[in-house]
Amino acid sequence: MSWFNARRRRPVAGYAALLLGLVVVGLVYGAFTRPGGTAQASSPAPSQSDINTGKDLFDATCSSCHGLDAQGTTQAPSLVGAGAAAVDFQMSTGRMPAKEVGAQEDQKPVTFSAQQIYEIADYVASLGGGPAIPDAQQVSTAGANTALGEELFSANCAQCHGFAGAGGALTYGKFAPPLTGATPTQVYEAMLTGPEAMPVFSDGAVSPSAKRDIIAYIEDTKVEPNPGGFSLGRTGPVTEGLVIFLGGMGFLVIIALWITAKRRDPRPTGTE
Amino acid sequence: MSDMDETEGSEGPVAPRRVIGTPPPTPRLLGSTAVAEGGDGGEVSDETSRGEHIGDETTVYTVPEQRAKRVEKIIAGCFTFAFIAGCGFIAAYVGLEVGPNRLGRGDSAVDAALRSNLALGLSLAITLLALGLGALLWVRYLMPDVEVVEERHELRSEPKDRQAFEEYFKEGASNSQFVKRPLVRRTLMLGTLPLLAAPVLLLRDLGPLPGTSLRHTVWSPGRRLLVDGTNQPLTPADFSVPGTQIAIVPEGYEDDADALTKAAVTLIKFRPGELDVPTTMNGSTLVGTMNWTVDNIVAYSRICTHVGCPVGLYEQTTHHLLCPCHQSTFDAAHGANVIFGPAARALPQLPLTTDAQGYLVAKSDFTQPVGPSFWERG
Repeated sequence: MSWFNARRRRPVAGYAALLLGLVVVGLVYGAFTRPGGTAQASSPAPSQSDINTGKDLFDATCSSCHGLDAQGTTQAPSLVGAGAAAVDFQMSTGRMPAKEVGAQEDQKPVTFSAQQIYEIADYVASLGGGPAIPDAQQVSTAGANTALGEELFSANCAQCHGFAGAGGALTYGKFAPPLTGATPTQVYEAMLTGPEAMPVFSDGAVSPSAKRDIIAYIEDTKVEPNPGGFSLGRTGPVTEGLVIFLGGMGFLVIIALWITAKRRDPRPTGTE
Repeated sequence: MSDMDETEGSEGPVAPRRVIGTPPPTPRLLGSTAVAEGGDGGEVSDETSRGEHIGDETTVYTVPEQRAKRVEKIIAGCFTFAFIAGCGFIAAYVGLEVGPNRLGRGDSAVDAALRSNLALGLSLAITLLALGLGALLWVRYLMPDVEVVEERHELRSEPKDRQAFEEYFKEGASNSQFVKRPLVRRTLMLGTLPLLAAPVLLLRDLGPLPGTSLRHTVWSPGRRLLVDGTNQPLTPADFSVPGTQIAIVPEGYEDDADALTKAAVTLIKFRPGELDVPTTMNGSTLVGTMNWTVDNIVAYSRICTHVGCPVGLYEQTTHHLLCPCHQSTFDAAHGANVIFGPAARALPQLPLTTDAQGYLVAKSDFTQPVGPSFWERG
């Protein structure tokens, strides 16, 4: 304690306290904003009673915007032909039901059970066409070619979602969400249906096996360690350069100040 | 200044108000260490205040021997630590294999490189930092802190010296007959002329001239469009879902990076009626694209007309193509005209048709140069 007391009035102590405070705030913030996991879907099993229940749920929660027969209104598009995959993607990520009309629907806590979502999806699918929800086999990354997945991801996904799937900005308030919290099923559904501004990657252009390769790459990047210990948002060289510039330069400036600072306790022993 | 210092000194110890890095106005001894270690500290401080000594004396400060002994040990520790870390660097260099054929089975080359980088960088950084810290402590605490005053003299020489130099120079010039014999002088200048001009020639031969290579790409009539990565050809039926977009490479040049820097293409499928096919010239930015699409499928150059970044971001709701580098925005539904950003021209469109097997192929090369503008582009 005496060591501390002897040094707490020193000029450096203020900087040290500031640094400590910033680090603590950063760690606490990081701990509270960690993205939560999303429930993994099980295989859906459509039946007429599911469709009927789904219709009831749809009328109660979706029809105010999408219309009583899902035919669409001025506020929301028609869901005829949208397919079960689109419903499952929008609802399992919490984007639908929408809270308000904005540039882009953001993710919210999911208020429907997986079963309820499947029922609504079955109802929308029964209206005609559209891609079905992929089963566990279709999104399995076992034996997938991660290297080819990386190549496809770099060519078609990385421009918006970033090379490590961290997401990025688009025009007029729209954005590409981070893929870190997305399940393989959700990624597959997004490629099939092209939600919001995202283009479609249909099975004709990107085959189901190529989709599995892309998912394998995304899953791989999630567990990839961050060299140096910090991800810095995984947005690439800009943040890394900024941190190195501000942090490194700041450190060097402090060192330079210390080198040139007058000795605090010089003791003249004589004059020549 | 010195008046104020003396008053402060006579009042006894005053808390330091110094901001880090700014030297105190005087080398006064008000720190607790100095007062504790030297009984006569206060008196000395008054005697050696800077104002009295500048110009005629040199003041030497040294750290007390007892403290110097302690610092000496710390410095020696730093240097020993540097030695250990330096040995660690050599050990890491020799010990951690990164070559793909030197790795054990199942060991990832990327992991090995990361491991090696971390070990090499960390050990080298510790070595250099420890050496630097030791040297700093050495300078700051062991070497005497000598305050030296150096007089600044006028830069201009004495008139006498200037006169002498002028005479000497003139004498040399007249002895050499440089002024007297213009033939020698002028042929000397003539002789050096080619050497001065040579760099222009050398610069010209630094690389081959681009010629007309900026004006065309490897796309030729009948060349198939392949999906970048899987290299599969596409039929209009494969590409039938509206809103689909994919990166395309030309057949035969799938991995040719030189060719792809100009030939990379974005393929987009529109809903019927969404795609506005221009039939007239629109100023200088659009050419007629009437028969360049197949079944509402359109192909644009992927190379931005600003500085050549890959235009990869496509919003299927607004049909905007975005360049990630400088936010140039192109309207894909209207001939990829620029609607925002620094790009000056629309993205060139690749004329499409189908071959006998029904696959999408190029009808011809691009009809205008792709990528950034250049002087002779016209």
